[in-house]
Parts: sequence; structure tokens; C-alpha cells
Amino acid sequence: MASTQGRMVLDEGDLSRALTRIAHEIVERNKGAKELVLLGIPTRGVQLANRLAGLISAIEGISVPVGTLDITLHRDDLRLRPARALTPTLMPLGGIDGRTVILVDDVLFSGRTIRAALDAIGEVGRPATVQLAVLIDRGHRELPIRADYVGKNLPTSMQEAVKVSLAEIDGIDLVTISEVQNA
Amino acid sequence: MSGYLIRGVQLLGNDQVDLHLDNGVIAEISEPDKRLKVTGAKTVDGGGLIALPGLVDLHTHLREPGREDAETVESGTRAAALGGFTAVHAMANTDPVADTAGVVEQVWRLGKEAGFCDVFPIGAVTVGLGGERLAELGAMADSAARVRIFSDDGKCVSDPILMRRALEYVKSFGGLIAQHAQEPRLTEGAQMNEGEVSAVLGLRGWPAVAEEAIIARDVLLAEHVGSRLHICHVSTAGSVEILRWAKSRGIDVSAEVTPHHLLLTDEMARSYNPLYKVNPPLRTANDVQALRTALADGVIDAVATDHAPHPIEDKDCEWQAAAFGMLGLQNALSVIQQTMVDTGLLSWTQVGVRMSTAPAKIGQISGHGRPLSPGEPANLTLYDPSVKKVVAQSDMASKSSNTPYLGMTLPGQVQATFLRGYATVLNGSLTR
Amino acid sequence: MHRHLLSAADLSLEDAILVLDTAEEMSRVSEAPVRKLPTLRGRTVVNLFFEDSTRTRISFEAAAKRLSADVINFSAKGSSVSKGESLKDTALTLEAMGADAVVIRHSASGAPHRLAHAGWLQGSVLNAGDGTHEHPTQALLDAFTMRRHLRGGKGDLSGVRVAIVGDVLHSRVARSNVLLLSTLGASVTLVAPPTLFPVGVDKWPCSISYDLDSVLAKTDVVMALRVQLERMSAAFFPSAREYSRRFGLDSERLAKLPEKAIVMHPGPMNRGLEISAGAADGLRSVIVEQVANGVSVRMAVLYLLLGGAPQADIEYRTLVEA
Repeated sequence: MASTQGRMVLDEGDLSRALTRIAHEIVERNKGAKELVLLGIPTRGVQLANRLAGLISAIEGISVPVGTLDITLHRDDLRLRPARALTPTLMPLGGIDGRTVILVDDVLFSGRTIRAALDAIGEVGRPATVQLAVLIDRGHRELPIRADYVGKNLPTSMQEAVKVSLAEIDGIDLVTISEVQNA
Repeated sequence: MSGYLIRGVQLLGNDQVDLHLDNGVIAEISEPDKRLKVTGAKTVDGGGLIALPGLVDLHTHLREPGREDAETVESGTRAAALGGFTAVHAMANTDPVADTAGVVEQVWRLGKEAGFCDVFPIGAVTVGLGGERLAELGAMADSAARVRIFSDDGKCVSDPILMRRALEYVKSFGGLIAQHAQEPRLTEGAQMNEGEVSAVLGLRGWPAVAEEAIIARDVLLAEHVGSRLHICHVSTAGSVEILRWAKSRGIDVSAEVTPHHLLLTDEMARSYNPLYKVNPPLRTANDVQALRTALADGVIDAVATDHAPHPIEDKDCEWQAAAFGMLGLQNALSVIQQTMVDTGLLSWTQVGVRMSTAPAKIGQISGHGRPLSPGEPANLTLYDPSVKKVVAQSDMASKSSNTPYLGMTLPGQVQATFLRGYATVLNGSLTR
Repeated sequence: MHRHLLSAADLSLEDAILVLDTAEEMSRVSEAPVRKLPTLRGRTVVNLFFEDSTRTRISFEAAAKRLSADVINFSAKGSSVSKGESLKDTALTLEAMGADAVVIRHSASGAPHRLAHAGWLQGSVLNAGDGTHEHPTQALLDAFTMRRHLRGGKGDLSGVRVAIVGDVLHSRVARSNVLLLSTLGASVTLVAPPTLFPVGVDKWPCSISYDLDSVLAKTDVVMALRVQLERMSAAFFPSAREYSRRFGLDSERLAKLPEKAIVMHPGPMNRGLEISAGAADGLRSVIVEQVANGVSVRMAVLYLLLGGAPQADIEYRTLVEA
């Protein structure tokens, strides 16, 4: 599958400002940061959750627990490809029962990942509420799922691919969109 | 019996001649590169073919009486004819065991009735192969089957006293004891050759020493009592050394080797496919090399197939539950070509000795293994060494199909087999 | 991954680490409030046990059920007298029932190979112990246990020194462990009387010794293997007492081990023969953990064999996409 050089959609500064805004929105909507737990969905959701936790801590002055939630074993498309390697699931101390869980992911697309995440959460505990924060919403939902907090709405076609790069993993903060032949 | 004129065949792989077969004998042979003028005979094009004396097998399991589901005298001799054999020795481990004149005569008669090759029954050494009392060897020798070779094959005559008595007893009628060399205590529950492969596969080992120790004992016994001795299916380099030593001392011992022990090693067991499960087991590459050298220089006198048919359910299972043995009659000459002729170890003339003359002499059967000259019985095989054939189920005449060669490409094919001038095989197929 | 798991030799270093890492994640499921994942829902796993082994069978059953697979237990009493009709006919029956995976324990070495390659089954075959040949999931759970205690539950086992003591000749656990541990970079020494080593062991990727005491000071893991008393009548060793004296793991020998060394045993144990009660129940013993780890490791193997697309489909798709 050939892809042309991507077109930049968010640069480092845009990304940082978007995350700051999301952090403020989370605090506003939940009237503070008490009872918040951020769960990042691997891979890049984890780094974004860590950053958001840091931003929220700076705003409210209390530390926010962060965990990671591997959703591989709850995917609905397992049978279509060879068995995938698992990534770690690490729940913070104090768990999630009765708390406000904010799921964090980099791109929201069909919604199937989030459905799997909701199933995975169900087996860990029973939060009071689950909210969803994503950096990019690229549309094309296949399930009735929506995000509560969105960094940027990015209308895309099915022939395009969105790539999120983060400094912790990719060395740079960047979001690009590119054409993909034979999607 | 109609006469045959075989045109332009290579006699023992050497001179190109015409052969005229008539009235059951070789009537005339032309000068090299000359033609015969004969009228009223059927012509067989011998171009590209090699004429060998009809092959003689010292070791075949025809399974009748008792296991007709695996093979009968008729189906087994059909396979033999397709393999170029004009005579086979049928081993005694039938059900009932061939330990009386009655059973050996039955097998002999079945062979005659089928008419595909001569069948010489082998008599058991001990009653019921039980290893306790001698069978009535004299009665079997005097029977219509005129048994001369006696063997408990399948089992070893392990009791030294019994082996000594048997060796002594057969001297009175020129009999020969053919030993299946396998020390029973060292091979209890054994599944395959004991070595690196068996260690990894977790299959109980059958150590070479269990064969060699019996051969060593028996050649010394034979020397002590002044008897002939024959060793069945030699499989190890160590056995070869003992035979070499024994012959150098003048001990009257002869030995045979199977085609599969010249080709396959214990590495084949890694697949756990029971088609490779055989007794004695497939050994190492080193053993295969030693056996080939020994067959080339005559320390091993003859090739014998140990054709061992088994029904499907006895091989279509896990290794431990499977029976020992593989087919051998039909592909023997091809395997010998691949392992001994194409490697330059034997000439076709020598193949004639190892697969016809020597076994006929060991079995003391007249009429087979004779020179290819005028006046001799017309027992011969025409073989095409140039073709390559994939071994296919549909070509096999045996009732059973337990051969690891299925799907393999082997060289050569028997084109015609003549039993006292009667064609059992023509154009590569049975004549009836 | 692969379609079958028949031998520890089937696993490359990458494969082995993948299984161990996956097992780490699976072990968390056992600690969660809901010990269940939907991953193998709709898959049928058959436990085909021709040899009695309640412990291993329960372990596989628990593993399959935690992944929501349907489990069918088939205890076939195929004795050595009854022919392979038992194996073949049984396999054909399971195939007709739609078994996605067959976990087989059999007294004949190579039975899982026949099941996998004879063309009787479409599904995956998992060797749960065949004769004296192999027991790959045992080796995996042993490696998992070693890795947790000695390498923080991550990476491979390079530099780990393992001594395996006991009836190597008849031990499928020894064979699988030698193969897997050497793949993972550990160095293995086998210790036994000479009668209990197979001819050809010198070609294995390990050292051998007849003297347990000389090995202990330089060992991070001591694994004692079960010794069957029946071996005495076949003259493998003269008496239980002599075996115990020369090769038994007792408190005196434990004291020779380095501080952080651990003691393992695949079970079931002959307390007092190959291992003393003190060694089995002492602080260094991880024998009970081995059992728990067995479920996580077997969950990982079942997931990796069955959790994705069937192998045939992958091959088809690769052809189509080419």
C-alpha cells in the first residue's frame, strides 16, 4: 500500500494547546479532579493520558491516578488476523469502582476500540461514570459511540490515514493525514 | 509354453545380444551385437534393457496361512514377479506357524497354484516360534516342500543351547539355520535404533549391541560345531565387522541385507510416521555406509527384502501401537540401483550375483541363480534402468500398502520377468 | 503464530518470549474480580487425556474456561493393547464434533505428532505430555516461574543457571526444559546416575553431571524430577535409599545453594525420595506457584493458538493479498 507524504494537520503547538483545553474541559465538567481516573488505551492513548494527568494536576493541585487498559482480548475482529501480542493493563491503586473514568485514546474512528474498552472496564470494576477524551475524531462511526472531549474534529475520507506522532514514542509531536492507495 | 525372442538386450549390463527362450530354457544366445533368426517366437524389444538372472529372495513374509487380510501367497508372489523375482523364500511366522510338514506343504502348493514365482517355504526352528523345543526339522526337510532353510524370524533363537542343537541337527540333511539376531532382554519394548534420535524422540531404543552380541555368539557356535549359519537382515556396522572377522577365520557364515537398510536412516523416525518402523530398526548414516561397502565387497552375500505387509490399521496409528515392517518385493531392484549401482559400488553383473546367484546357493535351490547361457532354465528379468517412476499405490500388487516409498521417485522398472520361459510380467505389467 | 504446539523446539526465542509476556497479562485476569475474558467464546477445546492426570487436565480446563471457550473432557482408556484405532477413530469423532483445539496427553511418544499430521483433524493440537518425549507447557510454566523470580518477569533467561536432577531418561519434562531453557539463554546441567541418562544426551544443549553436590553452589534453579520406584526393579538404581542419598534434594543440599536460588518440581512429588519435605515446603520452594502459573501459561498458549484467525485462513488471505 503506497502512501503519499502526509499533510500536517496539527503541529507541536496545536497539540499542546488542544490538550490544555481538554484538561480544562474535564475539570470544568466534573467540577474538579476528585474521583478522577485516567485510563489510556495503548499505544499512544497512554502517553496522552499521562500528559492530561499532568495538566489536570497543575490546574487543581492534586495528583490524578493514571492506568493503562489493554483492549486486545475484547476486540470483535480477533478472528480476522493472527493472534496479536498483548500490551499491559495496569490499574492504579484504589481501582475504578465508583469513580469517574476518563478513557483516553489518540484517534476515534469506527468506535469499536471504545466498545472493547467499555467491555474491558466492565471486567475490572464498576465506575460511577465513563467519559471519553480523544485527540482526533475522524468520523465514520460504525457504532453509537461519541467522545466527550475532542482535540480536533477532522473530517476524512476512507482513502485517508491519520497518523498521530508523540515525542515520547516517535520523537516529535505531530498529526498528519495522508492518501492511502488500495485502502 | 511359447517361445520368446528378446532382441538387443544387455546381458548383465554388458554385451548387447539376442536371447531365444524356448521350452523353458535359454535355447540360444547370439554373438555380441549380432542378431538371431528365429521363427514362431514372440518378439520382445530388449533395447535399453538389462537382462539379469531371475531374482531370488531369501526373506519374504507371505502371511498365508493366518493373515490373509495383509497378504496371500498369490498377492505376494504377484508383487514378487513385478519386482523381477522368480523365487522367494516364505518365512515361517504364519498362523499356524510353519513348524510342521503340513503347513510348509500347504504354502508350497499355494505357490505352485498361483504360478507367479517359485515359493520355497522356510520352516520354523522351534515349535510355535516359542524358543523352547526344536520343531520337526527333518519332517519339513523330507516333505514335498523340501525345506532347507529354518528360521524363527520375527524372533531370535536366543537360548544358546537351543541354537547349538539346531545348528548341529540340520547337518544331517544339509539344512541351514537363518538367525534373526536380536537379544530379547536388551530390546524389551524397543521401538527404534538407540541413538541420538531416539534420545530426542523419547522412543525406547534398540541398541546395535543386541544384534552384534548374538551374531558374535552364533558365528563362534557355528565354528565350534562345524555348521553353516546364515544371518538375516544385517543392520549395523558392528555386525559387518564381526562377519568380516568370522569369514576371515573360515567360518561358514552367510549374511543378507535389506534394500531399506541401504537407503534409510533413523532420522526418518523424527516424523513419528510408523511406515518407518521396522525390525531391525533403521540405523545411522554410518551403518548405512558400512552395509553398502560390505554388500559391495561380499562380506554381505545377498540382498533379501524382508517384505513385511501389514494392514492399514496396523500403521495408521501412533508409533508405539504400530506393527514392525515394510513392503519390499516390488521396489527392491530400484532401491539397489539407487544405492549400489548408481553410486558405482556394484556392477549389474554383481547385482545378478547378490540378488540371484548367491541367494540361490544359500537356499540350495536348483534352477535359479544359474548363468545366463544356453541350456539353463529360462529364469530371467529384463530391467530398464533409465526410467524414473513415482511409486504409486495403484501400481502395487501387494494387498497391503505399508511402504514409505509412496510418492517417492525411484529409478528403474522391471519390464519383463520369465519363470522357466513363461512370462509372468511383460511391458511392466503382470500377464494375468 | 503456529498452528500446533507439539514440542518446545517449535518455539523460537521470539515465540517463547511472546508466550511468557502474554502469560504475564493473563495472570492479571486471575487476580481481577471477574476472572473471565470473552476471547475464545464459541471455540471448543477438547481435553483428550489417555493417561490419568487430574492436575494437568484441570489446569487446561481452567485456562480454557477463563477465556470463555467450551471445554469437553474426554478420558480415553486406550491401553497399549488396543490399537491406534483408539487414536484415529477418536480424532475423527472429535473432528465431527467441531473441536477447534485438542489438548492431548498420551502414553505413546509422538501421538500428538500423529494427531497433528495424519490429516484426521483440522484444528490445533496441543501436547500435554506424550510418553517420554515432551511436555512443552510444563517447560513454559517453569520458565515463566524462573523469569518472575530471577528476571523480574521480563525478557529472557540469559545467565540463569539451572540444574535438573532425576530420571532424565524417562522424563518428558527434562527434554522440554532443556530445549526451551537453552532457547531462552539459560545454561542447563542435568544430574542423574549414569543409568538414567539416554544414549545420545551428550549432543543436547546442556551439561551433564553424576554428582549433585558439585553443581549446587553454582545454580540459580534446582528442579527435582519425580523418580518412579518401578525403575528399581529394572535395575536403574539399587534402592530408594541409595538414590535419595546420592541424588535427593534435602536440607543439607539446600544449604549449599546460593541465597537467591529457587527449588522447583513439576509434581507429583515423592516426598522423601527425590525431594525432602523440608525442601518441598521451605522458603525457597516455588512449587505451589508453578501450579498457579500453569493456568496463566496455558491461557497464553490457547490464546496464541486459537485467539486469532485460523492458520488456514491466514494462508489464504496472504495468497489473496499477494
